Amino acid sequence: MSRNLYDLIGLAAGICFILALKGLSSPKSARRGNLIGAVGATIATIIVFFYANDGEALHNQNLILAAIAFGVLVGVPAARKVQMTQMPQLVALFNGVGGGAAALVAIVEYLKLGDGATTAEVIATVFTVIVGCVSFSGSIITFMKLQELMTTRPVIFPFGRQLIALTLIGVLASGGWVISSGGSTPLLVNGLLSLLFGILFVLPVGGADVPIVISLLNAFTGLTVAASGYVLQTTLLIVAGTLVGASGTILTRLMADAMGRSLFGTLFGAFTAKAQASTGAVDARPVKSGSPDDVAILLNYSQRVVIVPGFGLAVAQAQHTVRELADLLASKGIEVAYGIHPVAGRMPGHMNVLLAEANVPYEQLVEMEEINPTFPQTDVVLVVGANDVVNPAAKTTPGCPIYGMPILDVALAGNVIFLKRSMRPGFAGIENELLYEAKTTLLFGDAKDSLTKVVSALKAL
Amino acid sequence: MVTEVMSNEIALLAIFLLSIFVGFEVVSKVSTTLHTPLMSGANAIHGVILVGAIVVADHANTNLELGLALAAVILATINMVGGFVVTDRMLQMFKGKPRAKKDSGESK
Repeated sequence: MSRNLYDLIGLAAGICFILALKGLSSPKSARRGNLIGAVGATIATIIVFFYANDGEALHNQNLILAAIAFGVLVGVPAARKVQMTQMPQLVALFNGVGGGAAALVAIVEYLKLGDGATTAEVIATVFTVIVGCVSFSGSIITFMKLQELMTTRPVIFPFGRQLIALTLIGVLASGGWVISSGGSTPLLVNGLLSLLFGILFVLPVGGADVPIVISLLNAFTGLTVAASGYVLQTTLLIVAGTLVGASGTILTRLMADAMGRSLFGTLFGAFTAKAQASTGAVDARPVKSGSPDDVAILLNYSQRVVIVPGFGLAVAQAQHTVRELADLLASKGIEVAYGIHPVAGRMPGHMNVLLAEANVPYEQLVEMEEINPTFPQTDVVLVVGANDVVNPAAKTTPGCPIYGMPILDVALAGNVIFLKRSMRPGFAGIENELLYEAKTTLLFGDAKDSLTKVVSALKAL
Repeated sequence: MVTEVMSNEIALLAIFLLSIFVGFEVVSKVSTTLHTPLMSGANAIHGVILVGAIVVADHANTNLELGLALAAVILATINMVGGFVVTDRMLQMFKGKPRAKKDSGESK
């Protein structure tokens, strides 16, 4: 296959990626967009087999095909079987392995070129290795945070800031070493320091901000792909990588805006915010807890009920039960709506996906800006497994990790019912003052159990 | 008629810069509902590094290079294929499903 034909087909694949991103930006065309992207990637993968070795079978072709088959066997079942609640960490993991792949590609090409590499190629290699390794190790840490394999709180260690700065200097210095002297040892040092930097960089990020970091690392991986495209002189990789890098950067900003966070604050907030002394400690103040029957009676005599779903609902797999409750209330002539915080769940849009899975009518899902003015006319707000997104501390406590994040103003409603497993604070690890207010009733227990009991109590009334 | 072909480096730079603008442009208006699927879709697209991994696996001279390249092929494939599949699953949730299928979609 001639270089020109290859580049032309590569261009077609690049256009597929542009159309894919465009399609993914609108609900109607999103699924088709994703499909177009997959078609583009498939075309790109197939044609390289006919081009890379001047039309001959590739060297190591069988090994390559076996490696692809293995990757498919790992990736597809993981993507198919993952619970919708655990999707964000899977995306983080996929992103991480992509970054790792880009770094490996650059390393192999560097080893092969040896002393023959031009300075520009070495610089692109160093860039790919640094950013790819940071993306890889950083994504692994975000995965562990979301999977709750480690604490979701910001991890702050003594001299953390200095250590991170020192590591960054080490990364840049070893990068310079690679560029000036070449050889494989400097590159190894550079890669290892970059891995360390990725870990240190993500550790201090608080749980609620993790999605923003995933999005940022996603954009990073895009840029590494573009850089390795330069080393390999492959136009398609430059186009695809740059597209992801640019759109990922915008998306990261949009996400940060939706959460009312500055990007800078997210990444470095852990170092500037004061540690919350009261977090984690069990507060001795009294709370009002109620029985499922109390809750049923309260709901039965209200006219408007807003359900605020959070990640706890998803964990308890209570989407279907909550819909049953909503249907029951609606059949009694009570107005029901769901108040969806932009970052309810673990990522923007995550909760919409979870509720759509339970066939909740799309019209009932009301976004924050629209639902907030209606809280004063709402009799009961049912908070199911959410905490941070209704926590007034975001407005009242400067310096707390979620300060400045827009929240659902549930305190303006007549009554607030919290369905919680325990008094444990939310993902961001901050105490919620709303729990102690007179209008608040707590219903402890697994969200699904509690809701089932409320439903049967309501039926009995 | 201009006979001189644009130099390769400049052409790549042009492609790079234009791609930045296209990338900014295509996602500038997107509702929060689609942030997660869009991120996941973009994530799958950079899995196309698989192409690069295949090229270096073909060129590999030593066993070390081949081993690293094959590892890259595996990782890139997971990124690309898994990414598109999981994005599709997310987006499946958005289309109106017939009520009768209510329970078949839930797997635990």
